[in-house]
Amino acid sequence: MNSVNPLHWWHVFLALPNTRPVKTIGIAFLVALACSFAVALIAVTLKPLHDANRLRDSAASLVEVMEALGLGMPKMRLVELASGTYAKQDPGTRAVLDPARDFAGLDKLETVATVYELREGDRLKLVILPVRGAGYQSTLKGYLALKGDLNTIAALRFHEQNETPGMGARIEEMKWQALWAGKQLADVNGVIRIEVVKGKSEGEHQVDGISGATRTVSGVTTLLHFWLGPDGYGPYLARLKSEKGE
Amino acid sequence: MNIPNKLLVEPIVASNPVTVHVLGICSALAVTTSLAASLVMSASLIFVLSLSNTIISLIRHHVPTSIRLIIQITVIASLVIIVDLVLQAYLFEMSKRLSVFVGLIVSNCIVLGRAEAFAMKNPPWPSLLDGIGNGFGYAWILLAIGAVRELLAAGTLFGRTILPLADEGGWFIPLQFMALPPSAFFLLGLLVWAVRSLRPEQQESLATKSG
Repeated sequence: MNSVNPLHWWHVFLALPNTRPVKTIGIAFLVALACSFAVALIAVTLKPLHDANRLRDSAASLVEVMEALGLGMPKMRLVELASGTYAKQDPGTRAVLDPARDFAGLDKLETVATVYELREGDRLKLVILPVRGAGYQSTLKGYLALKGDLNTIAALRFHEQNETPGMGARIEEMKWQALWAGKQLADVNGVIRIEVVKGKSEGEHQVDGISGATRTVSGVTTLLHFWLGPDGYGPYLARLKSEKGE
Repeated sequence: MNIPNKLLVEPIVASNPVTVHVLGICSALAVTTSLAASLVMSASLIFVLSLSNTIISLIRHHVPTSIRLIIQITVIASLVIIVDLVLQAYLFEMSKRLSVFVGLIVSNCIVLGRAEAFAMKNPPWPSLLDGIGNGFGYAWILLAIGAVRELLAAGTLFGRTILPLADEGGWFIPLQFMALPPSAFFLLGLLVWAVRSLRPEQQESLATKSG
């Protein structure tokens, strides 16, 4: 009995004329299977290297921010986002965000975040907050650096994105990122006002947009509002402010 | 000349995919701002083209005509993704500079063109040689344009100063134009003109136009 031997069926399959539908579907399926297996194998094997490269890139971007501001390296602090207090260690846990509140498109939010503080004696000089959020077709990742008053932007840098080259991807250009320095986050009532506008910006809360990249830059506005809000660094920034007041 | 040599050597000048068939010029314009980028792009294309030709040739008897383009593109796209992943792992800075253009090898007409015109009709070994030959035919043009553009736009080759810039105390005033994509069009045009002047048989006949 030859019929139980899988190799036999393989030969029968290959001997089918190419015009038969079963051969067409079978070949399409096998090619897709082999290709996806090869791609998945390489992707999984190289993942540690990819992660290490991204981490190095993000660290380099932080050093760049500090050098641009002419400052020394800041101290790393762990902050529990919900309470705004310092945490001893990062449990590495991520909580699912309520979709109604998740306007930066994050899905999941870490419970403890890593921030950087630079103090001169007792006085806070700079706070650097990692931020991320959905752009047009990718997640934008960057750092927001705030001056000691916690309302003036010292710098905004994006170091990871996969937007359209020549359009959304221009958020990584120095020329655009430089527009952010000196802008104010909130108005006198403490309401977050910072935004990217189409055309010419006016006043201390607005930044010029990038033509052809409306969705990307509105993603930047949204992600800043999220991270400065109650689910992001809001409680932490409020605590720092109240400490200053005392 | 025996057949294997012919397959390797002919695409270099005689039937060059870029100068004769004017294929794959999109990436030739985009990535030739520096010699290093041209080199990485060329190596990626040679890898994809030689392997896609070999794989497609191996399965050519079992590819149904109705879905043959889909099968070819699936194989090519998978190879391109693999190249992109490898570059991101080992040449991270370069992969950031090349950005989408490595991914766009999928739509490089040379790759699909050789699969369809050669690999579907020939055994694996000649297909591999044809892929390598055409890959090098594309590579030397990319490297030539990349070398001229980097030298004239920045006074460097592979980032090393060859012509000291006037700004830095030298004498060379860089041609800003060479840093922009249209300059690659002009260089490519000059190159096609030079090659076809040396090899008049590559010129398209004017008789069809006037007649």
